[in-house]
Amino acid sequence: MTKFELALGLSQREYEAICAGLHREPNELELGLFALNWSEHCSYKSSKRFLKLLPTTGKRVLQGPGENAGVIELENGWCVAFKVESHNHPSAVEPFHGAATGVGGIIRDILSMGARPIALLDSLRFGEFSDPKARRLCVGVVSGISHYGNCVGVPTVGGDIYCDDAYADNCLVNVMCVGLLKKSELKRAIAQGVGNKILLVGALTGRDGIHGATFASEDLVGETEAKRPNVQVGDPFTAKLLIEATREACQLPELIGLQDLGAGGLSTAPAEMAARGGVGIAIDIEEIPLRDPTMTPYEILLSESQERMVLCVRAGSEQKFLQIYRKWGLAVAVIGEVIAERVYRVRHEGRTIAEVPISLLVGGAPEPDFVRIAHRTARGGTMRPAAEAHSALHGDRSWCEALKRLLHSPTIGSKRWVWEQYDHMVQINTVIGPGAHDAAVLRVKGERFALAVTLGGNGRYCALDPYEGGLRAVCEAVHNLLSVGAEPLGITDCLNFANPTVPEVLWAFEQVIRGMADAARAFELPFVSGNVSFYNQSETRKIHPTPIVGMVGLLRDIECRVPMGFQREGDQIYLLGKLSGKVGGSEYLKVFYDAWGDALEPTDLELERKLFQTMLTLAQQRLLHSAHDVSDGGLLVAIAEKSFVRGLGAHLELDDLSEGNLFGEWPTRFIVTVAPEREDALTELLQSGGVPYRRLGTVAGDALEIAGERILVEELRQAYETALDL
Amino acid sequence: MRAAVVVFPGSNCDYDTYYVLKDLLGVETDLLWYRETALHRYDLIVLPGGFSYGDYLRAGAIARFAPVVQALPEYIARGHGIVLGICNGFQILTEAGLLPGALTKNISQRFICKTVKLRVENNATPLTQLFRYEEIIELPIAHGEGRYIAPPETLERLKRNRQILLTYHGENPNGSVENIAAIMNEKGTVFGMMPHPERNSEQLFGTGAGLKIFRGLVHLV
Repeated sequence: MTKFELALGLSQREYEAICAGLHREPNELELGLFALNWSEHCSYKSSKRFLKLLPTTGKRVLQGPGENAGVIELENGWCVAFKVESHNHPSAVEPFHGAATGVGGIIRDILSMGARPIALLDSLRFGEFSDPKARRLCVGVVSGISHYGNCVGVPTVGGDIYCDDAYADNCLVNVMCVGLLKKSELKRAIAQGVGNKILLVGALTGRDGIHGATFASEDLVGETEAKRPNVQVGDPFTAKLLIEATREACQLPELIGLQDLGAGGLSTAPAEMAARGGVGIAIDIEEIPLRDPTMTPYEILLSESQERMVLCVRAGSEQKFLQIYRKWGLAVAVIGEVIAERVYRVRHEGRTIAEVPISLLVGGAPEPDFVRIAHRTARGGTMRPAAEAHSALHGDRSWCEALKRLLHSPTIGSKRWVWEQYDHMVQINTVIGPGAHDAAVLRVKGERFALAVTLGGNGRYCALDPYEGGLRAVCEAVHNLLSVGAEPLGITDCLNFANPTVPEVLWAFEQVIRGMADAARAFELPFVSGNVSFYNQSETRKIHPTPIVGMVGLLRDIECRVPMGFQREGDQIYLLGKLSGKVGGSEYLKVFYDAWGDALEPTDLELERKLFQTMLTLAQQRLLHSAHDVSDGGLLVAIAEKSFVRGLGAHLELDDLSEGNLFGEWPTRFIVTVAPEREDALTELLQSGGVPYRRLGTVAGDALEIAGERILVEELRQAYETALDL
Repeated sequence: MRAAVVVFPGSNCDYDTYYVLKDLLGVETDLLWYRETALHRYDLIVLPGGFSYGDYLRAGAIARFAPVVQALPEYIARGHGIVLGICNGFQILTEAGLLPGALTKNISQRFICKTVKLRVENNATPLTQLFRYEEIIELPIAHGEGRYIAPPETLERLKRNRQILLTYHGENPNGSVENIAAIMNEKGTVFGMMPHPERNSEQLFGTGAGLKIFRGLVHLV
């Protein structure tokens, strides 16, 4: 095996599999095609076996995994398309453009389903902000998202940010896009009908991003600067034109299928479309509109220039499509056709310069040896031990001071500095936007129902216990939707992990998936789309196993949405769900002891299910004045967040002032408020639903008060609002 | 009454504005492609927010050469109707010289999207007639280049003619001189505002103050 082949990221075994499949040696161009199609990023060769563990079916599922995005049915013929995807490696090297093109890529995925993109959410992970590199990456990533998302006219409505040393060398940038479509508008990324035409639309093809997908399938080591040319440059203006033009194109019945050109560019997208349609595709390389006419066929095929899509259209209708894209000032060309032989054929001035069977190119990558070996040996094996259990907690710290300091930590504190740089209102659907609640709520014009969306995940939990961490990631997303009064409908996930050839990484990967799968089954929720990002590690550091879960829910009546904050003095405050727990894994332990503490307490899925049903009933009956799930930071942080909304304080009647009770992050609970006259109705419903509860106190005044100690809401808010000032 | 919302390549508040005029107020409204020049059919022409031409070079700097903008001076001179520029539309109008002054990068150098408080400085105009004088209203802003500047003699003239319509109240989010958020030309036929009235035109999104702005414009014409 030559150096050249190794540099493409193919293994000796893979090279042999290619030769065996072709019955000959591949030429350089063909090898390039395989390198991209068989990269981890495009083929999921190391993760496929495990992803099959996730439930993917349900009565509302219109499109499950395998397309550019999943699609779920809502009401009145409306559907929602959604997917989350990572752009970690590019963002670590070139934060601005890396993050910007991450936004662009996921928007085109949604567009490919025939949907109009209506919302974006971002989950970002950085090192601690005491490290200037982490701050620089955050500033770059946020301005990249702001630059692209704002210009393209899709509101950024939610997401989260965590800071942890584990992400110091590999920041994570996961972007979720949500699109709305009518059932009749659904499109697939498919090529069909021999003789039908293949169109390339959008931007010109240039030299940027060559081998981006193989770059994303390696550890980030050494001179990352040298990888800068692997990062694509985004143009949100062209993307905006592409959205409008493609929405027009989708109205034409002659459109058979369309696909975004993402990782791998023209080396992967047409082949995938042909694979889905059970056909072949031939493209004529000289027809491709180029930014630089001196590009070689190899460069043209492997280019990852952004803002491009491939369309398959009925023969004879090409002119209609050309007109639309020309009207919007975009490049457009007929670059090939559907053929009966199931091969991907690349022609140059009539001469075939590459030809490989579709079945070998798409899905033909053999499962790497390490997956099979690790799968046999690593189960229950060398899991990283949890940090030392913390036995001697100081009980003498004032809860006021502790709360203030927690609220000021970047992971807990207000992310206003970030989301005020994002246009979160364009399209005028954002009823509940970023920073205002556990989930964002978007109205659908002319309809009674609304959509709720959320994205997040806690890597520290997964580092402590990957199974429980994966399970909690799904439960947390469910809670976020229930808080606003919405019924969860479907899941998308982005699994961010270190190098999978390390057995403990692969073991954690499987555990996280098993946890997510068990939680999803308990709630009967399908995974409809997702993405895997491996190799998030440097020479010295691995990221935490970090599943980011995106979820979409249906709020049947927008008038039944439940606010997060305290609404009225005199309202009664209740804790619902699991009423006590420990402090292990909490932000509190991290901030005050630099420790992780005991193992996580296992989530009781039976209680989760009861809480699920009860919260939905409470919202439908409009019994609650407010609801908020208790997560990062624990009970007092959740109460403080409720107090910030209207500056209303609370008298809390807590008998247990232990660190575990005040700052523990044990799962399965909500804090709600109810008008005094509806208290009986609330408790009756909780009892009949089998949900434990405890009264915590009363909404009152402008301070939080516990056991004679008090602190002004305004003082806490100051700490909270100044946590993130980059 | 017939209104047009201009669609430039890169406009992204065009549908939002169209929705408010057409669906909320029931005004006969067209989305007008930027190549159109037959404007005399319209009583109100809105240049919506967004990033026309990607804001490349400078916000509004390329859009001012679009055929529809080139046709505006005659439309205004002949008194066919009113022109309103919102956000990017305001930037285009100043670039085209149809409103005085310029809109430059926010003093923070960052894009900013939030709801702000504004004070009504002149309520004797179509844009502001449904508010009380010095009323405090709330509207969202969303811009990277919204810092209004103008030479002292222009500011003097704006004040003398009562062309300043809305000013930021409490906090000045972008560093605009004299807290200026919205102005009009001398004749009161061309209006420019950085805040987005279409984003607060329903109770669902706040007080609905934005709808009063459209209602005022539509009412008079």
